Amino acid sequence: MENLHKLTIKEAKDLLEKGEITSVELTEAIFERIKQVESKVGAYITITREKAMEMAKASDERRKAGKTLSEIDGIPIAVKDLFLTKGIKTTAGSNILNDFIPAYESTVTGKLWKAGAVLIGKTNLDQFAMGSSTETSAYNTSKEFNSTTRNPWDLDRIPGGSSGGSAAAVAADLCIAAVGTDTGGSIRQPASHCSITGLKPTYGRVSRYGTIAMASSLDQAGPMTKTVEDTAILLKIISGYDKFDSTSFDKEIPDYAGSLKSEIKGLKVGIPAEFFGEGLDPEVERVVRSSISELEKLGAKIIPVSLPSAHYALAVYYILMPAEVSSNLARYDGIRFGFSTQKIENLKSTPKSLEEVYKLSRAEGFGPEAKRRIMLGSYVLSAGYYDAYYKKAQKVRTLIKKEFEEIFKTVDVLAAPVSPVPAFKFGEKASDPLSMYLSDILTVPVNPAGLPAMSIPAGFVEKNGRSLPVGLQLIGSHWSEQTILNVGFAFQKATDWHKKKPII
Amino acid sequence: MAKLSKEEIEHIAKLSRLDLSSEEKERYSRELSAVLAYVDQLSEVDTETVEPTANVTGLQNIWRDDSVESSGITHDDIELNAPEFKDGFFVVPGVFE
Repeated sequence: MENLHKLTIKEAKDLLEKGEITSVELTEAIFERIKQVESKVGAYITITREKAMEMAKASDERRKAGKTLSEIDGIPIAVKDLFLTKGIKTTAGSNILNDFIPAYESTVTGKLWKAGAVLIGKTNLDQFAMGSSTETSAYNTSKEFNSTTRNPWDLDRIPGGSSGGSAAAVAADLCIAAVGTDTGGSIRQPASHCSITGLKPTYGRVSRYGTIAMASSLDQAGPMTKTVEDTAILLKIISGYDKFDSTSFDKEIPDYAGSLKSEIKGLKVGIPAEFFGEGLDPEVERVVRSSISELEKLGAKIIPVSLPSAHYALAVYYILMPAEVSSNLARYDGIRFGFSTQKIENLKSTPKSLEEVYKLSRAEGFGPEAKRRIMLGSYVLSAGYYDAYYKKAQKVRTLIKKEFEEIFKTVDVLAAPVSPVPAFKFGEKASDPLSMYLSDILTVPVNPAGLPAMSIPAGFVEKNGRSLPVGLQLIGSHWSEQTILNVGFAFQKATDWHKKKPII
Repeated sequence: MAKLSKEEIEHIAKLSRLDLSSEEKERYSRELSAVLAYVDQLSEVDTETVEPTANVTGLQNIWRDDSVESSGITHDDIELNAPEFKDGFFVVPGVFE
């Protein structure tokens, strides 16, 4: 059978069940695809071929033995290099962890392997998930361009970030599905730029245990896939309470895929005016508005709404996030693990004090973006500033959360653009951090509020003769993943944007 | 908001345990000041009677039994990633004179 790399989870699962393909064949097809295009795209930091073939063989044996198998048994999955994988190098896209071998497995990846998934490799990302383009990664994974991950739709452009490697891997068929993390848009924005489906679940739906922390009150892992149906399948597998993450929520996990409904007649879709403001590319707006018309054709009621506090979400985010970053990244001390100037081969002069080991190891190990955020966080948390910044931001966070809660009394979901612009060119924003931060303005508001939100392929815009993907963002109230999945499922039944493939 | 002074940047760098070059100090002074000027817009919002939110799903005080369990992580696992490790301990420069 040809083109196995193009399969969705659902299609691959059906063929595996019918015995028409084996996991080994499917996994080999992915590696064949990697051989063809990975040197250009550069989605992976680490490719785990040997391990993958072992896992695929084991899956085929389970199937042969007639065992009860999960929906993803034998399915090749790519994992953002932010999830700890026991015995497999995990870098977080940073130099400070460039030879770090985790001693334990993250809950998310543990659930994937328990369900029989096959690990293809660890994907590139912005350093410690800090960025919107994957350019802050310490790893030039695209050998042909000697750069970080390229966008499969236009190799001159960034794939988005921070889960850029996972998004590019799914879009370029270098895996069947992937997992990423989203702190301020890091699943949705690259999903939009690469024309795939990506869901950030409700905060607490998925355990954060073993996921290298950026901003603990905002971080949430989620699926990045070729279809809404696949996202639903994967979400069920990775969700659930975990005693190792006290912020994970003990709540029943629905059968998201089994409960998918494409009937959305009468469903109320709110269109928040603030998400269509200044800075939104007119072509992107046209695509998003036409996808909203599509939802209307399917019977949804379109209701204009207003979220005035959303305007402040980015400012809230750029206080809370760096504050939590400065705390979380304090653990990289050059003593217990990671890059150290104390290590013989890195030794320039004997460190005079413990303080020097800290300062020099961190100075050499962290990239500019990590340092910038640590500095910003230390400042807003420093004596005399805590109330003015951190506490103030947590109060405005309350207002944002309440405003969303009020809106969800009148509508079922919100529909909006994901990113104000399509994928930009390499280096375009890298020199101006504030302009890079502003590109997250439409994805950030849901994170301080803890809401689930998904990006689905909505169409394309033409820039310099290239077609660039545009995503539609669907936002729901807490624990309403099923509703936004249903809207996305209905949309994908009626359109074929999600079936378009890049020519690499 | 005024640009952060060299002394302020050096103070933050010390708190952050980061050794910065003079070029970095200059750059971060400029960039941090721009971000701080942007987030200053929050001062427009009246939050006099608003409670801060730390956890968005309403969880609070999650307790567990204070019991010892094995993590399954061995000394060898720790040694594998430790920059300098000897006789089961991390090696650090002397702390006391």
